[in-house]
Amino acid sequence: MYVSVKGGERAIRAAHRLLAHRRRGDRAVPEVAADQIREQLSLAVDRVMNEGSLHDRDLAALAIKQARGDLIEAAFLVRAYRTTLPRFGASRPIDTGAMAVERRVSATFKDLPGGQILGPTFDYTHRLLDFALEGESEVPVAEVAAVPPAETAMPRVTDLLGDEGLIEAEPPACDGAEVGDLTRAPLRVPAARDLRLQQLARGDEGFLLALGYSSQRGFGSTHPFAGEIRIGEVAVEFDVPELGFAVPLGLIAVSECQMVNQFAGSSVVPPTFTRGYGLAFGQSERKVMAMALVDRALRTEELGGEAVHPAQDQEFVLAHADNVQATGFVEHLKLPHYVDFQAELALVRAMRREHAARAETAADAFEEAAE
Amino acid sequence: MTATAPLLEARGLAKWYGDRLGCRDVSFDIREGEVLAVVGESGSGKSTLLSMLSGRLAPSAGSVVYRLRDGSTRDLADLSEAERRHLFRTDWGFVHQDARDGLRMGVSAGGNVGERLMAVGARHYGEIRAKAADWLDRVEIDVSRIDEKPTAFSGGMRQRLQIARNLVTAPRLVFMDEPTGGLDVSVQARLLDLLRRLVADMGLAVVVVTHDLAVARLLSDRIMVMRGGRVIEAGLTDRVLDDPREAYTQLLVASILQP
Amino acid sequence: MTAPIAPTQGYAFAYLDEQTKRMIRRAILKAVAIPGHQVPFASRDMPMPYGWGTGGIQVTAAILGPSDVLKVIDQGADDTTNAVSIRAFFRKTAGVATTTRTAEATVIQTRHRIPETPLRAGQTLVYQVPIPEPLRFLEPRETETRVMHALADYGLMHVKLYEDIAEHGHIAKTYAYPVRVEGRYVMDPSPIPKFDNPKMHMSPALQLFGAGREKRIYALPPFTKVESLDFDDHPFEPTRFDAPCALCGATDGYLDEVVTDDRGGRMFVCSDTDHCETRREAGHRGALLAAEDPAGGATARPEIAEDLP
Repeated sequence: MYVSVKGGERAIRAAHRLLAHRRRGDRAVPEVAADQIREQLSLAVDRVMNEGSLHDRDLAALAIKQARGDLIEAAFLVRAYRTTLPRFGASRPIDTGAMAVERRVSATFKDLPGGQILGPTFDYTHRLLDFALEGESEVPVAEVAAVPPAETAMPRVTDLLGDEGLIEAEPPACDGAEVGDLTRAPLRVPAARDLRLQQLARGDEGFLLALGYSSQRGFGSTHPFAGEIRIGEVAVEFDVPELGFAVPLGLIAVSECQMVNQFAGSSVVPPTFTRGYGLAFGQSERKVMAMALVDRALRTEELGGEAVHPAQDQEFVLAHADNVQATGFVEHLKLPHYVDFQAELALVRAMRREHAARAETAADAFEEAAE
Repeated sequence: MTATAPLLEARGLAKWYGDRLGCRDVSFDIREGEVLAVVGESGSGKSTLLSMLSGRLAPSAGSVVYRLRDGSTRDLADLSEAERRHLFRTDWGFVHQDARDGLRMGVSAGGNVGERLMAVGARHYGEIRAKAADWLDRVEIDVSRIDEKPTAFSGGMRQRLQIARNLVTAPRLVFMDEPTGGLDVSVQARLLDLLRRLVADMGLAVVVVTHDLAVARLLSDRIMVMRGGRVIEAGLTDRVLDDPREAYTQLLVASILQP
Repeated sequence: MTAPIAPTQGYAFAYLDEQTKRMIRRAILKAVAIPGHQVPFASRDMPMPYGWGTGGIQVTAAILGPSDVLKVIDQGADDTTNAVSIRAFFRKTAGVATTTRTAEATVIQTRHRIPETPLRAGQTLVYQVPIPEPLRFLEPRETETRVMHALADYGLMHVKLYEDIAEHGHIAKTYAYPVRVEGRYVMDPSPIPKFDNPKMHMSPALQLFGAGREKRIYALPPFTKVESLDFDDHPFEPTRFDAPCALCGATDGYLDEVVTDDRGGRMFVCSDTDHCETRREAGHRGALLAAEDPAGGATARPEIAEDLP
């Protein structure tokens, strides 16, 4: 007799067992440890921390292992964990001007106080597969230049421009103002810049890359210059009202990109360059550069332009940047839809019957007319 | 209708964009069945004026008062968004220069004409369709094309469809922004002829903005000449065109071929 | 029905923390107060993918109490994988009693169907909603659709229906068929087949709709007027089926089409598995079962396990 498809639980259980089996792979190969991922796939860890919206290298590494290297799945695991965490408050704004810089490049000035520092970059490597890495490799310890102490002046390029009034002033920091958080309040468009930047920082690197690229190719050009990219560690401090002073929580690595863009001005305001900003955990240079391009593109209307291209369209960008949401909705198409499909089938069949009947009537009429 | 109050009264309208003048000191009345042409070259302030009259742009100074069907008068600035939208789907029309701005290009001709009817509550498919067909006929579009989308129509047909879409709810006031712009001369003539007939049949009040004096002469009862954001001359159309007083108007009139 | 068990240690009851539940309950109360209006809420990242019922799960988590009896269906069936997974989630995190019988449940979470058994006062139906905005495919901008709802500016919706009839001779909407609530808000009933639309009208049960990815909650309080949009001369018609259910012989339910071979063989069976099983328990027989087992008689319902590892 006919038995409808049952046994959902058994199937799920078996699938999960198979998943774990495939995750482990060939048992003859040693199992990868989360700390190996943390140390040796550190850029993947950075990406998962950004898109998972949680700074925890160990958890991100674990998520990458559990997700078999699927970084969106890993970000999803981190996000779901993050939801359950209590929130104590917001840290004080980090000061990237006081960063212990490991890499710093500016495309706008040949030299500048503090100099240019290449740091650990893929730039200028020849992209030739290094077969030496196939086995165990002896990697000599690199000489790391002593990180200049914070008091050594390494002013931000935008500050140098700002001193001359050549770049738009940052709005003054409003201490005590509530920091927007789109994970705690539903995002409404138009959204303020703090929320936009939050969504971009959480957003999919590939999506931002494509949007930033599109703006460079003419779909909303912003004439960007990479004013400065700096990567290094900054201190995170937390105000404890009971103590009356800020408590240092530790150091985190971040990447920051300040794009210097097309000038704006009016009869009232003298022309100045405009800003696009990107910031992300870890060494995430591609992400912060793309983010800075998109941030500036999203300011088009605020700066008196008309938003016509995708990268300039707040609602389009903010609604589609989150890859955990996007992957869920795209992939939900594999869930059963047979109830809806049945309804469509019934309609299409009915319309086909009517179509055939009309064709028949027309043919009869033609024959009658011919007779 | 000698003693009726004006349908729309503009008083001291001005618009500044920062330091730049859009237009200023514009005052006039328009009565039911009256066609007013606003002429001038681009940058003269006529499009700014049209946007303020139709409530789409808030004036920097002055007011626009409209008399509703129930006889009460309202300052457009005091209308809620809901009331403004309601006016736009019932008592007002707006014919754009580019029909693509005034039509839904992905919706059939019948749907385009029927939209206003449905927006104000029509719920009988057959009646909506019959009315749409009637209007296609009135604007000289073959009724057999009722289910085609405007993308399949020529420029002249699109413009006529836009007119039908606006007139189906029998509005009392229609704004037109260069309604014949971008059309071939022969197509323009046919469209103007159609417009003139519809305006007369329906007793429409019209504010038509144009840089084309031939359009003004054919359609309008009165004319306002704008330059540099101000009205420099106004009066009955025949008087202004046959006996222009301002040097600039004389220049405009001289620059077109006289019949 | 399974008895309540102790929820797994280490989670808040029904997974969400109390602050989050309170926030969701506030949104639900507002939604109940303004039937059919979409209330934004701060949807959380859940341990299931967006698009897989995170909105419904958050609503269920916010309203569930220890004494509730939960039923979860997907496509009308209790045993589809996603329904199993969601039921197991609440079994694990809340330990509530679960059931497959519509009549026994106090909270029913559903994807794409309304049970055939009429709901009664005191029951709550929680819908999983993918796209809460009925105007979305006519006007993609939230900023604009918000204004359209505020002004009840729904002409465009009827233009769509007009276009369908002009093109196809029918309103070509067979599921997620838009409704007007209490003559005010146009609402997307989630992708239930239009067959189910009439069940929403004046239902004695509370109906809650949760869209997690889109961060919206809306509601139909008990005894709310719900009309499916139509034209006077093209009235709304629910989908009808020509054949009865091959298993239980029901002619009043929504049917799934099952492909039985590759030569065009088809059979139709109830989409609502509880409805079908309840009828078979009462001795009803469809053509297929009658042929296989002419003697007939009541059949026992298969029990389904509840706890995933």
